Amino acid sequence: MENKKLQSINKQQEYNEYVQQKIPKPTYFKNCIWAFIVGGLICVFGQFLANIFKGMGLNKEDVASAVPMTLVFLGAFFTGLGVYDQLGKRAGAGSIVPITGFANSIVSPAMEFKREGYVFGVAAKMFVLAGPVLVYGYGSSIIVGLLYYFLGR
Amino acid sequence: MASKKLGKQTVKFDHPPVIIGTAATVGPKEGQGPLSSYFDTVLSDDLYGENSWELAESKMLRETVKLAVQKSDKNITDMEYMLSGDLLNQLMSATFAARDLGIPFFGLYGACSTMTESLSLGSMLIDGGYAKHLVAVTSSHFSAAERQFRFPLELGNQRPLTAQWTVTGSGAAILASYGQGPRITHVTTGKVIDLGIKDANNMGAAMAPAAADTIATHFEDTGFAPESYDLIVTGDLGAIGKEITQEMVYDRGYNIAKVYNDCGLMIFDNKAQDTHAGGSGCGCSASVFCGYIYQQLQKNKLNRVLLISTGALLSTTSAQQGQSIPGIAHAVTITNNVKG
Repeated sequence: MENKKLQSINKQQEYNEYVQQKIPKPTYFKNCIWAFIVGGLICVFGQFLANIFKGMGLNKEDVASAVPMTLVFLGAFFTGLGVYDQLGKRAGAGSIVPITGFANSIVSPAMEFKREGYVFGVAAKMFVLAGPVLVYGYGSSIIVGLLYYFLGR
Repeated sequence: MASKKLGKQTVKFDHPPVIIGTAATVGPKEGQGPLSSYFDTVLSDDLYGENSWELAESKMLRETVKLAVQKSDKNITDMEYMLSGDLLNQLMSATFAARDLGIPFFGLYGACSTMTESLSLGSMLIDGGYAKHLVAVTSSHFSAAERQFRFPLELGNQRPLTAQWTVTGSGAAILASYGQGPRITHVTTGKVIDLGIKDANNMGAAMAPAAADTIATHFEDTGFAPESYDLIVTGDLGAIGKEITQEMVYDRGYNIAKVYNDCGLMIFDNKAQDTHAGGSGCGCSASVFCGYIYQQLQKNKLNRVLLISTGALLSTTSAQQGQSIPGIAHAVTITNNVKG
């Protein structure tokens, strides 16, 4: 019995290695360039907004609030128009990592589950993808905060 | 041993059931593919006038049954059984369609292997003398499958090169104990085989060992050779799964390369349509068989076909619990000359 189990594990390993050879290699270089350019452009656009808001007379703190708000709105807006996923298909991490990608990950399930109603559909499913980010984001900030409180002074 | 049994896993029918008619419906993207002229209906909108993709899929399945019955010069009331399944939780498409059609219903879940699973069981019912006419039908819908198994459509993520594209489509075949048309002579029922692939974006590799085992067992049980067939066609293994299957069958002593193809590679132009490794879903082998292959059989361009629909038996729960993906494949021999 033990022997048979061992054999099947070996067979699975062998098959996995065999399959790995068959898988076409992702075009890492092209993907990186796309991510770099698109991600960079989103950040440049953010800086552009910051300069405009500054020019309108907002103070430093208000600019730091207004820029993410505008970017999140635009990410949500272009998700709604069905454009953001087209961008994401090419840009990958370039459009996932900036805050616009966070908006996309909340708005896309909300749209998808509208047919299940506003309570159990939109509201319940909205954080299916973003939820883990929030949980561990807040969680780690609390831990860092506690460490800072006890050790930092 | 049971009198109609050949070898370990194969059945040979005394009175091979006839496929008297078929119908195939596909979505807009499939309608732009290389096989578009062989489908009866190409939807212009994948919501099909319904409020959700699930209801659209169910309507597609229901209308495909109606069309197949009509093309066979029969009535819905002539149908004694409906054997059907799909990919949605608790077979929503099939059961909701059966509710409207009022045909006695067996719901089947074989993931994407459902087309040959329903043809196999349907043939046994007919050959056994339990029915004169019945319908075997299945469907899948890209958007409905994406939201159940993967991510929301508007999420800006990247699909790996091994990923496949779920076919929006449905295929229905009317089996009868008499009449004109190609016949089902043999059925080889597959075993669930799992070689430990966990990547749901590489289902071709997960299903290939099951497909290879069913094909090789079919040859061993029946004594047929690859040359006995004009076409050996798997359901939805895609580019990677097809290559693996071919090599694994070769290791068992059969070279199928000359006559082997895969429905998932036939239905899309992978480069032009950006479908990566190829099509998948119950609707893939169903629409390709009920559309293209059936018409080729009728025109005698193909005379003997081995259809092997392949299923990946994962669920969202099994995937989240880190389990590997079991595969299944059932083979059905369809031929124009029973005595050949």
